[in-house]
Amino acid sequence: MKQGSDTFDVVIIGAGVSGANIARRLCSYELDVALVEKEADVSFGISKANSGIVHGGFHHGSKYLKARLEVLGASMFDRLKAELDFPFERCGIVVVALHEDEMRSVEQLYTQGVENGVIGIEMCSRERMLELEPKLSSDTVGGLYAPGGGIVEPYRFVFSLVENAQKNGLSLLTDYKVVQARRAGELWTVTAADGRAVQARYVVNAAGLFADEVSRIFGAEEYLVHARKGEYYLLDRQTKAKPDRVVFPVPTSVSKGMLIVPTVEGTVLIGPTATKVDDKEDCATTREELDTILKSARNMIPSISEGDVITSFAGIRSVIEEDFMIEASAKVPAFIHVAGIQSPGLTASPAIGEYVKDLLKKAGLRLVEKADFDPFVRKVPRAKDLSPFELDALIQKDPAYGELVCRCERVTEAEIVEAIRRGHTTLDGIKYFTRAQMGRCQGGFCTYKILKIIMRETGMKAGEITKRGGASTVLRGEL
Amino acid sequence: MKELQFDSAVIGGGAAGMAAALELSARGLSCAVIEREDELGGILMQCIHNGFGLIEFNEELSGPEFAQRLEEKVRSAAITPFCGATVIEVEDNGEHKVISCVSGAWGVIRIKARAVVLAMGCRERNRGNIRIPGSRPAGVFTAGLAQRLVNIEGYIPGKDVVIIGSGDIGLIMARRMSWIGCKVHAVVEILPYPSGLTRNIVQCLKDFGIPLYLSHLTTNIYGQDRVEGVEVTPIENGALMFDRSFRIPCDTVLLSVGLVPENELSRSLGIDLSPMTNGPWVDSTLMTSVPGVFACGNVLHVHDLVDFVVEEARRAGSFAADWLAGRRKDKELRVKAGSNVRYVTPGRLDPARDNKLYLRTLIVKNDAVLEVRLNNKTVRSQKKSHVQPSEMISFNLGPSELAAARESPDSVLEVSIL
Amino acid sequence: MRQELICITCPIGCHLWVEGLAGGEIQVSGNKCPRGAVYAREETVAPKRVVTATCRAGGYRDPHGPRPSLAAPRRVPIRTTGAIPREGIAGLLESLYALELSLPVRKGDVVMRDVLGTGIDVVVTRSIG
Repeated sequence: MKQGSDTFDVVIIGAGVSGANIARRLCSYELDVALVEKEADVSFGISKANSGIVHGGFHHGSKYLKARLEVLGASMFDRLKAELDFPFERCGIVVVALHEDEMRSVEQLYTQGVENGVIGIEMCSRERMLELEPKLSSDTVGGLYAPGGGIVEPYRFVFSLVENAQKNGLSLLTDYKVVQARRAGELWTVTAADGRAVQARYVVNAAGLFADEVSRIFGAEEYLVHARKGEYYLLDRQTKAKPDRVVFPVPTSVSKGMLIVPTVEGTVLIGPTATKVDDKEDCATTREELDTILKSARNMIPSISEGDVITSFAGIRSVIEEDFMIEASAKVPAFIHVAGIQSPGLTASPAIGEYVKDLLKKAGLRLVEKADFDPFVRKVPRAKDLSPFELDALIQKDPAYGELVCRCERVTEAEIVEAIRRGHTTLDGIKYFTRAQMGRCQGGFCTYKILKIIMRETGMKAGEITKRGGASTVLRGEL
Repeated sequence: MKELQFDSAVIGGGAAGMAAALELSARGLSCAVIEREDELGGILMQCIHNGFGLIEFNEELSGPEFAQRLEEKVRSAAITPFCGATVIEVEDNGEHKVISCVSGAWGVIRIKARAVVLAMGCRERNRGNIRIPGSRPAGVFTAGLAQRLVNIEGYIPGKDVVIIGSGDIGLIMARRMSWIGCKVHAVVEILPYPSGLTRNIVQCLKDFGIPLYLSHLTTNIYGQDRVEGVEVTPIENGALMFDRSFRIPCDTVLLSVGLVPENELSRSLGIDLSPMTNGPWVDSTLMTSVPGVFACGNVLHVHDLVDFVVEEARRAGSFAADWLAGRRKDKELRVKAGSNVRYVTPGRLDPARDNKLYLRTLIVKNDAVLEVRLNNKTVRSQKKSHVQPSEMISFNLGPSELAAARESPDSVLEVSIL
Repeated sequence: MRQELICITCPIGCHLWVEGLAGGEIQVSGNKCPRGAVYAREETVAPKRVVTATCRAGGYRDPHGPRPSLAAPRRVPIRTTGAIPREGIAGLLESLYALELSLPVRKGDVVMRDVLGTGIDVVVTRSIG
């Protein structure tokens, strides 16, 4: 990894799903690229807590950039999955109308989808809806079906993108909070809070919620990124209320509404709410909002039970105006804004990578394809996906595959060790990479084992391990 | 992949599993015990406090001592323990049950047995289960996880502690945290009475001057990176009094908000579960809805005392041995929870012999009466000086009291606390 | 004066009533067994508690070689063989936490003899190593 004040062709600020896609795309060219992230690990901001949906391309009209990038991005996921080994499935999306007058909006979604070029989208009768999703409320009057929509684990997607980019030369700098930027000659010097500095010919501002602050630091356009909080419930994989497809209500003018997502890993996610918040780091859940989620979800699938809830959490979306803001700065040179990436940002992100690459090219960056670009990541065998025979064979080679650490999500010691070796050394980083602590006991049984594995693998002391970097230490010392 | 065959197999090597295995082995049956930790003993190993064994051994022991006594017997019996082996699947092939387990030492092993005793214990309810709003900082632990960290690993989870829920593990941890030099600022309980044993209120809270807030709900957890405090709100007549909410600064929250039997394996076997106990429905022989599969201990219903667990497990082992010897149950009568009773287990009784029943009441009452009615006729009316939900009640019913059930085929026994 | 106590001798938790009689004698009622009466007397005069704790485990040779197993024992559980005066507990714990016990240890091994002159010992409660 490059250190100190190295010079790069491009520095990307923010290792969320946008930054990661841009980084990976740029690393397929003969370029020196750095990705800097203020958190301890990648995907620790907006990208860690969202619905994990690859949208169906019907929610927004084609006048929006976000709609065009959504449709293009969605079409890129199959290839990305083949290359990058992250959980993704085209399970399909349904939109449920519970009153006759909602059918008008459904029709509008359908028209929008067709105009956007979405394949396979269909209007559904009540019978068709209940045939697709028998668990839907008997109040269902009809709806929309988009078979191409899907579900994805957003953090695993980001982890794989960054890992692959690193394999192709990316320099990743974490705990790197940008506080200062200076331009001298053809170069930006980008300095972090701890004094580290990098130099770059081009800068991409993919700082999510903090894109406005970063823009100000660079003396570029003034704008405000608003934070919109979305709260979620996660339900046990053994819930009887699990649908086969993503279930949307009919959207309102401000939001796509609260959905029911059969996650790609088998649990069920319900939410999000949409509340404007002042504090961009306010990921607190509230009693009222959580009650709203349960009520709304039960309107669509009445069998959803409070007893199935294993955890709740909140994520923040970054909103500027209605659309994404992806453009070169008109005020300062060699500076690209990638801001206001709200929903459907995850879906659009691969297309954002393409789009930003083109913007950089337009701004004068020379792109020469890397002859030895390797698009693949090394797959991690995961015990829960293996047959007993396959698992047995693996244990003969590495006994750590026989040590089950997380029983709820069936994660072995070998997978934890792999996560640590790939740089995920916080409890949350390991959780997102392996799913350990993500199941019904929420780490009650496995946390102590994970702490001990981190200490053994990294040499860290008990009091140094954090939940997600910074001051989030887990233990206060030893007896 | 190794395949091994036994007469019987026990899933879980804690107190229940060991006791059930000892009984099976005493009846001359070969028995495998599958335990996911590296040693037998289960949760007793982290319960280093005393208070175990008064009924079983007529002595007051610590958890590890209690476990070691059972373990020594297991080691000298014809029992095969598989430690460090986690069961990933149980299949019912009619004649045999096939248990697949995974371990670093042996790889995947398939254990075939004609009878299986489930003794997987329970898990702690967590923050998500009770829906405490707020941020998600480091420093929130279930009490049992904190107990493991302190007593076995020797790590200090935090310095300034608030405990949510007054279950026994929480109370025991209040004392433990105080003894390792931490400050416990409060125990917050949603109910108007404590959930743990009274003696633990005395020796774990009163001794240390730790305030117990009854009828209070934790309505928020604060802190960006690490816990900075909790918001506590009084409850009056079922309503939250937000105007009287207050904040307790702390860096650590321990949750002791109940235990849930761990029945994921049972579910995958298609065993019927009771929504009241979250454990399997069992008949008078502690057999689940899948023939040849028995359940005992905290996987069946959450017990207060390990002594009761061992007693129940011994019976489960013995019934499993009877079943393997070809004994099939006769006529059974149905048991129903009556007034003020949350659950009674087992759900079926054999009127021809002595039956042991466990129940939990829904009320706190002095001078209560345990009333047992068979087909609407009182067959037992027993005084109880004090009852409360946190203290399990056990009693026996024998052939004389159940005589009427032998004649009428659809007999129902109703148990009430009045 | 009538005082209510809850017996902590065993998990049953009898509600005890303690009455002071003339001449400093006390009378106990509500106990289901004789230990309740003894407890009530002690608790009113000089409360005592059984102490449980752990000591650091030392000298463990890991059979797994240089990469230590996660199961390597770190603490040895111990307890007092009987109740000791409450005011002596803090000092006792401090000296116990400073101790390191060399493995192997056997259940019942004496860690500390005659705590505070009470005749009570501190013993290991689990065989390790």
